[in-house]
Amino acid sequence: MENQLILEDYLKSDYKYGFETAIATETIPPGLNEDIIRLISHKKNEPEWMLEKRLKAFKIWQRMPEPDWAKLSIEPVDFQSLIYYAAPKAKPALQSLDELDPEIKATFDKLGISLEEQKVLAGVAVDAVVDSVSVATTYKKKLAELGIIFCSLSEAIREHPDLVRKYLGTVVPERDNFYACLNTAVFSDGSFVYIPKGVRCPIELSTYFRINTMNTGQFERTLIIADEGSYVSYLEGCTAPMRDENQLHAAVVELIALDHAEIKYSTIQNWYPGDKNGRGGIYNFVTKRGICKGPHSKISWTQVETGSAITWKYPSVILKGDHSVGEFYSVALTRNFQQADTGTKMIHLGANTRSVIISKGISAGNSQNTYRGLVKFSASARGARNFSQCDSMLLGSHCGAHTFPYIESNCPSAVVEHEATTSKISDDQLFYLRQRGLDMEKAVGLVVNGYCREVLQQLPMEFAVEAQKLLSISLEGSVG
Amino acid sequence: MSKKLLEIQNLRAGTEDKEILRGISLAIQPGEVHAIMGQNGSGKSTLAYVLAGKPGYEVFGGSVWMNGKDLLSMEPEERAGEGLFLAFQYPVEIPGLNMSTFLRHAVNEVRQYRGLDPLDAKNFLKLVREKVQELGLSSDFLKRAVNAGFSGGEKKKNEILQLLLLEPSLVILDETDSGLDLDALKQVTEHILRLKSPERSFLIITHYPKLLEYLKPDVVHVMDDGQILCSGGWEVVKDLEEHGFENIRQSVLNAP
Repeated sequence: MENQLILEDYLKSDYKYGFETAIATETIPPGLNEDIIRLISHKKNEPEWMLEKRLKAFKIWQRMPEPDWAKLSIEPVDFQSLIYYAAPKAKPALQSLDELDPEIKATFDKLGISLEEQKVLAGVAVDAVVDSVSVATTYKKKLAELGIIFCSLSEAIREHPDLVRKYLGTVVPERDNFYACLNTAVFSDGSFVYIPKGVRCPIELSTYFRINTMNTGQFERTLIIADEGSYVSYLEGCTAPMRDENQLHAAVVELIALDHAEIKYSTIQNWYPGDKNGRGGIYNFVTKRGICKGPHSKISWTQVETGSAITWKYPSVILKGDHSVGEFYSVALTRNFQQADTGTKMIHLGANTRSVIISKGISAGNSQNTYRGLVKFSASARGARNFSQCDSMLLGSHCGAHTFPYIESNCPSAVVEHEATTSKISDDQLFYLRQRGLDMEKAVGLVVNGYCREVLQQLPMEFAVEAQKLLSISLEGSVG
Repeated sequence: MSKKLLEIQNLRAGTEDKEILRGISLAIQPGEVHAIMGQNGSGKSTLAYVLAGKPGYEVFGGSVWMNGKDLLSMEPEERAGEGLFLAFQYPVEIPGLNMSTFLRHAVNEVRQYRGLDPLDAKNFLKLVREKVQELGLSSDFLKRAVNAGFSGGEKKKNEILQLLLLEPSLVILDETDSGLDLDALKQVTEHILRLKSPERSFLIITHYPKLLEYLKPDVVHVMDDGQILCSGGWEVVKDLEEHGFENIRQSVLNAP
């Protein structure tokens, strides 16, 4: 009994990364219409074709209904009250990190992700996005020597229009869904990666996103192309400052893997989840999808989701090339009044395609945590296989865990294996650890990290350490 | 007057409304080995859990002092820091939690409580590898998840490994002999014997005399229905072996 109370008490802690950076920000008036879209496109010096693409998406979006099928309860978003573009005030291009706005640098320091440290210690090139515009890019030269392009999407639209035009919107077309369509119309910025034929990207590419201006909807757009026989590992991590209003975050990520190429995409998502009583927090409605276009290609999604008031995302893989592989490893932790509806879609088109789904949900407080996944085999997917494992862990007795695994098979030779478990964190496990000198907080942290291990070990080393810390911090509370 | 390591005074405790321990008193001096024998349901394991502070158990009366401090007011992890170690009868599995991660946290938390500097990764590994070898466990033991898929013998050895690393002053062995064949029992006992020292006391809970033959307790208590029926030396074990619990109970009850 007592144990239960301590546990509950202690899962109600506040968000540790709540602060706001006071930097000069340039914004446009709130609201959404064709003029705003023209203004965004103009501010970004975009070519005509991009503007047309945006306007076309906007026309479609206006006729689309907001989706309501997820197991989420959502306060309606007033799209006319949002600001669709905000950028740190224009400054001359940076020659080195020393020229970075000290305020922005301080923010990164507070988050423990100082750029220098990352450069020196981890060998990670960081394309830092503060409020939608890239302000610092490192390692660009080294990557350029290998022919790797790693820049903001805005820059790519100007500098590499052929590549962008060829692939943008091919995996997530504007009609795909309401939020992806909105994103196509108003996306602010994001990252662009191109790995040329046969090149193995020597470093982990990494982007930190931040939402920083009041009432700014954040519409990131990321496009990653791995050409034949290439390899890239991309890391995306997010934290956001504390505030009361709900903020909409509707990103789109598209991955394209050509013959024998491999893309590994890792995410740590820690947007502001709202306070203990469920006020505020980010709406995280993201469309992430990759296509294994060529034979023997591979796309692997790994995500650690601890933030946002509402998370709604299904990083998916279209397995088109024969023998291609799709993977989805997920940890979703919800507490207080957070809601998460997340999972994946594995669409098997090619022969002998394989997919693996490992999903670990952890619910605490009054939160709701849903796994929703689709495994689909088309008639052409001869010999295709899927393995799915969906585990849920409940901490406390006011939370919910739900699993909706959908399977559609039009191919008799396809094989699917599915396992699902639901468990409560056991008092015996906690007592065992406490008897060995660990306090409640550490004991919960170790049990939860153990439970998530299969997923965490998919992350690149330095990211895995960060994720473990994040899980422990997220569970930290007022105990002791 | 000798300094007592543990003093239990008229302890009454149980679960929710059910009183299981009905007035237990005993004192353990540093370096002493005490044994508690009794049948299933006599309250032996409850005593171990109450001493270790397991949530779900309630104390209705009495007191417990360890090193002169009020043990019952402490959190379980504080009791561990004070030097109380409970070797579990059924060590629980913790999937995914790597043995060496677990041990490093445990060792350093306990060291911190005792005012010692934490061991760095290198020194910790050196220490733990030494102990793992001592116990005849293979080196990849440390890479496995805590108790997950361990055999009965491995689980008990894992308890001993933690005992070696945490250097407690009071060791409670809760049916450490259960589920072990004679060979494994002998091995485990030998390790425990090596842990005996003038500063370390033992409270051995068992209902088989076999373990006690090796461990030679200084004092043996017979527990029945939440009370200590009688206490004495080795003769009590002999008595039990020859006449059984029921006879002892009758003779105590009929005593003038």
